Amino acid sequence: MYSELVMEHFRNPRNMGVIEDADGVGEVGNPQCGDMMRLTIKVKDDILEDIKFQTLGCGAAVATSSMVTEMAKGKRLDEALEISNRAVAEALGGLPPAKMHCSNLAADGLQAAIKDYRSRQAAK
Amino acid sequence: MGRVIYLDHASTTPVDPEVLEIMRPWFTEEFGNPSTVYSLGLASAQAVQQARESIAETIGAEPEEICFTSGGTEADNWALLGTADACQKKGRHLITSAIEHHAVLETVEHLEKRGYEVTRLPVDGGGLVDPDEVRRAIRPDTILVSIMHANNEIGTIEPIAEIGKVTREAGVPFHTDAVQSAGKLPLDVNELGVDMLSMSAHKFYGPKGIGLMYLRKRTRITPLLHGGGQEKGFRAGTHNVPGIVGMAKALELATNRMADDAVREAALRDRLWDGLSANIDAIHLNGDMVSRLPGNLNLRVDGIEGESMILMLDMDGICVSSGSACTTGSLEPSHVLLALGIPQEHAHGSLRITLGRSTTAEDIDLFIKVFPPIVTRLREMSPIWCANCVCKQRN
Repeated sequence: MYSELVMEHFRNPRNMGVIEDADGVGEVGNPQCGDMMRLTIKVKDDILEDIKFQTLGCGAAVATSSMVTEMAKGKRLDEALEISNRAVAEALGGLPPAKMHCSNLAADGLQAAIKDYRSRQAAK
Repeated sequence: MGRVIYLDHASTTPVDPEVLEIMRPWFTEEFGNPSTVYSLGLASAQAVQQARESIAETIGAEPEEICFTSGGTEADNWALLGTADACQKKGRHLITSAIEHHAVLETVEHLEKRGYEVTRLPVDGGGLVDPDEVRRAIRPDTILVSIMHANNEIGTIEPIAEIGKVTREAGVPFHTDAVQSAGKLPLDVNELGVDMLSMSAHKFYGPKGIGLMYLRKRTRITPLLHGGGQEKGFRAGTHNVPGIVGMAKALELATNRMADDAVREAALRDRLWDGLSANIDAIHLNGDMVSRLPGNLNLRVDGIEGESMILMLDMDGICVSSGSACTTGSLEPSHVLLALGIPQEHAHGSLRITLGRSTTAEDIDLFIKVFPPIVTRLREMSPIWCANCVCKQRN
């Protein structure tokens, strides 16, 4: 059902975990729907210095979470914001049609974390 | 990776070698159409008749009450659609349960769109239908009650004989989907009090693509398939002779070893549950532990999701399923688990493990060994687990 690359990310997820003193946190999804993602980021000089995820969900949800962290890490915030859900799915070599919605978690989570970081900065 | 450990017998089973052997000539040398009059066809017709008699005897029916179908889905569809069509002058109300297979539930939805009314009876926390609820739901315009014999996800065995008494008193036709119970539980259509019963060979080590409907004499039903007049005009289409021969053999073999298999599989199943529940926190059993198919275990693990467990187990060569295989790819949690009152977020974390003839104690012990680290790993990955576990520790 899944591509080899999706399975590889599922087996060996990159950047899995929590940044304890995160500068921004993004939480998207909902356990009732069976998928949920929490993304924590560390930002330095407007660059995503570190990024970690936790995901509850299917193989596609885990793999897209892993992929988005890999794509975003080291990028400037405005560049990271341009990563789309579709781009994440494409980077994984595509997802089964029924699983496309799972890829929505990934970029949405990243955008939510960056938004959270920016509102924290604005509040300072 | 070593051999595959197949723990998804409720999904399908391998064909018994003895069954395959007996089917073989009916594909090649003995390929005649049973509806023809020359001797090649006659041999096929005799084989079909012999199979019909053997199956009928096993389930306490008359041979002419057995109608061969393409499988369980066709039989379920036929029971509902055929009754609805034949009895629409009497009424347009059907009764079923909330936990039926999709072959029943989607068919009644289809009927609802055509003006029929459907009562879906609730079940208790273990998945059992209350026969008194059936009694209360019957109305003067009720034309059919359809309640499954055993559930495909949680293995709950419904009180069919008691429901059969209720429907008989009320004079309402009664159908049961016995796809999961055939070959695993003793089936006698008179003891069960059913007028229609569906089964499918590939669930009991027979071939795929063949099943049957038991149709009690004088049951009012119109055919689903029209054409060549087979099955006394009730089900047209050239007989699947190898399938029919194979199904009869498979049912015979399953019936002969039923008692031994049940004891063995239930013991292995209990060993699995004991091993898992002793080694994993916040793991729960779905369904009823007493009125349950012997080889069925359905559990849920807090804080993680079903498909990820399946993928992880697959890396260890273990095949299991989450809810029903038919729902794979759909996003809704299992309707069966929701009907038991399990909240959506927990229903997503369920796993169905179904044992069978090939299952050994070593398989079970391997499962008990590999599964706890999978749970730990997925919980580490889960954004909802920590909150839960802290809560649980505090309670």
